[in-house]
Amino acid sequence: MYTPEMLESIKKVEATRGERIGANLRRMTADEKDAVLKAFHPDYKESAFTTLKVGANKGEKVPLELEATLEGKSRILGKKINLDKIDYDVDVLVIGGGGAGSSAAIEANEGGANVMMVTKLRIGDANTMMAEGGIQAADKPNDSPAQHYLDAFGGGHFAAKPELLRKLVMDGPECIEWLNELGVEFDKAPDGTMITTHGGGTSRKRMHAAKDYSGAEIMRTLRDEVLNRGIPVVDFTSAIELIKDDEGKIAGAVLLNMETNEILIARAKTVIIATGGAGRMHYQGFPTSNHYGATADGLVLAYRAGAKLLYQDTLQYHPTGAAFPSQIFGALVTEKVRSLGAQLVNSEGEAFMNPLETRDVSASSIIRECTERGKGVKTSQGEGVWLDTPMIDIIGGEGTIEKRIPAMMRMFGKYGIDIRKQPILVYPTLHYQNGGIDITVDGMSCIPNLYVAGEAVGGIHGRNRLMGNSLLDVVVFGRNAGQHAAEKCKTVKLGKLTLKHVEEFEKEAAKAVPGERKISPILLPDYTRKDM
Amino acid sequence: MEKNVDIFLYGKKYSVPESLTIMGAMEYAGYRLVRGCGCRNGFCGACATIYRIKGKQELHACLACQTQVQEGMYIATLPFFPLVKQVYDINKIKPEQQIMMQLYPEIYACVGCNACTKACTQGLNVMQYIAYAQRGDFKKCAEESFDCVMCGVCSSRCPAGISHPQVALLARRLNGKYLEPKSEHLLERVKEIAEGGYDKLIEDIMNKPLDEIKELYNTREIEK
Repeated sequence: MYTPEMLESIKKVEATRGERIGANLRRMTADEKDAVLKAFHPDYKESAFTTLKVGANKGEKVPLELEATLEGKSRILGKKINLDKIDYDVDVLVIGGGGAGSSAAIEANEGGANVMMVTKLRIGDANTMMAEGGIQAADKPNDSPAQHYLDAFGGGHFAAKPELLRKLVMDGPECIEWLNELGVEFDKAPDGTMITTHGGGTSRKRMHAAKDYSGAEIMRTLRDEVLNRGIPVVDFTSAIELIKDDEGKIAGAVLLNMETNEILIARAKTVIIATGGAGRMHYQGFPTSNHYGATADGLVLAYRAGAKLLYQDTLQYHPTGAAFPSQIFGALVTEKVRSLGAQLVNSEGEAFMNPLETRDVSASSIIRECTERGKGVKTSQGEGVWLDTPMIDIIGGEGTIEKRIPAMMRMFGKYGIDIRKQPILVYPTLHYQNGGIDITVDGMSCIPNLYVAGEAVGGIHGRNRLMGNSLLDVVVFGRNAGQHAAEKCKTVKLGKLTLKHVEEFEKEAAKAVPGERKISPILLPDYTRKDM
Repeated sequence: MEKNVDIFLYGKKYSVPESLTIMGAMEYAGYRLVRGCGCRNGFCGACATIYRIKGKQELHACLACQTQVQEGMYIATLPFFPLVKQVYDINKIKPEQQIMMQLYPEIYACVGCNACTKACTQGLNVMQYIAYAQRGDFKKCAEESFDCVMCGVCSSRCPAGISHPQVALLARRLNGKYLEPKSEHLLERVKEIAEGGYDKLIEDIMNKPLDEIKELYNTREIEK
């Protein structure tokens, strides 16, 4: 499968492997990290950003592609929307069918609310399903929520909202227990001790996993629980605008059947946005590890309704996206591969960094290796560096790869690469939006009764997220939003429904934004051939 | 210039670059997918696909996002399959053989044809995990079925009408909840947090001036 040039480079990797095993690779100093980030992290590429011209974050920096959708034209413009014809009338409307949405729906149901989920694909077609490596929680004797807080706060460049991060780490162990009680299978020793590893930037081994199907195992269990509880899931239906009442409270959403284009109206006393991330926006042309529907829909809807975003200028590029072969370009190679001992090695066979630096530092270092230092390996789509997977079985014993990262073995095996015997090529891939909608610790945005959970939230992780804190975040903040929304809806009296905020936003945007504006949210990317 | 191959999407011929996956080839041909496309990375099972190579007898099943096109592929996607999912209360059922008889009695009608295993897009031994489920060996059923993405191709091939992925999911939940050993350190920590045992520790850190937090972070000891 590998080209002759790649095979030549592999020989150099093999030649140094023996001496690299057990070698203590130095961690970077705080100054060294700052320097590599400023020079090579995509967030620092000024030409890829612009400023918002309307809305709550007017004047603030955002990626070009996000600006175009946030300030785009509504899908309901020119359409006759009848808000008196209610198709669904519920207490809690959950928009999004991933880990956060499902956790929220389960808790809202538990709280006695009449809850409904809408999702533009199927429940479970979400980034949660694809999370491979694991979920953090400080439950080991040598660990504490405070230590977890310190790791995440520092890893996020001290920018996390302290009260949100506190909730994340303090609720962590309880959420693991909740999942376990739902039947999620975690990797455990025979005595029940959780098998935990490091992730980039962790100071304690607190990464819990279910092989390298951690997110899939969590997601399929949550989905099964949603169905067991009889919670209605309206699939292949996107939300294209939020509805308010005449007092400015959130009051539902305008829905679109993705297959028939029928418009439907959902009235709800509380709404939870759990629409996930934005990898399919392909910021700066990067490939992505995200699922097909990751197009920032929730951000667009909330922004038009007046919500405030936080850290919308910072994205996470996962250091190890697959760089080869082309069929899996950009697909996630879990950080767990490095947790288990594989090093990042350049074309000359040199381990150029400690493989467990934080994701932003690792991604920047890989880009530096491939650009300034000229030690990348050429591929048909660009360049990559080696992730020396055969080290894992040497360190952990034969069978470790098969047992701990079977999905990775399968993904490369389909293209004739046995990761037990040959290293793999990786390059950063667009993975996570660090920013999102600003919330308070009860999960509510600045719009009354509009809750947000999961990747659509900004501020939990600051300006960079640690591995395993997103699976934790979707469960902690999904449940939290569901609980609060269920409680809140008991006292909500809805007034007359209105879409006036959409008209007003449109008026302002039409004046302030020059040139052609695209229709948004984009809902799904378009990968059809363009030269037809 | 890359070599093209001829493939047949629902019987209609298209010429596509040979390096593409089936999903990539459909998009190259002009399909804008709504159904049959989810994670695009082999985890969600949305893109179950059945194909046969022109002139050959054997029927293959795969995930469209994980499979490269080949010359003469006749392709039909299976974006939805009506699996039977029984509803239960995980807190009320018990990990006993009887539960399978109650919820999924059709597994005992398995005729041993092995069509499920042959069709599995993940290469799992599906018939074997159903056999474990029949015996009430949920731990083994859970292990054997763990990599299942619930695409449903196995069930589409089953003459007994078994919904294999749902049977396996039930077995895994029973195993995860009831059969796997409890994690004492986890339960202990949850209790300590609930009793306020960590409130002061975390507040101490949160209340420090930023410079001190930075110092604490940069000099923290990292477990080997």
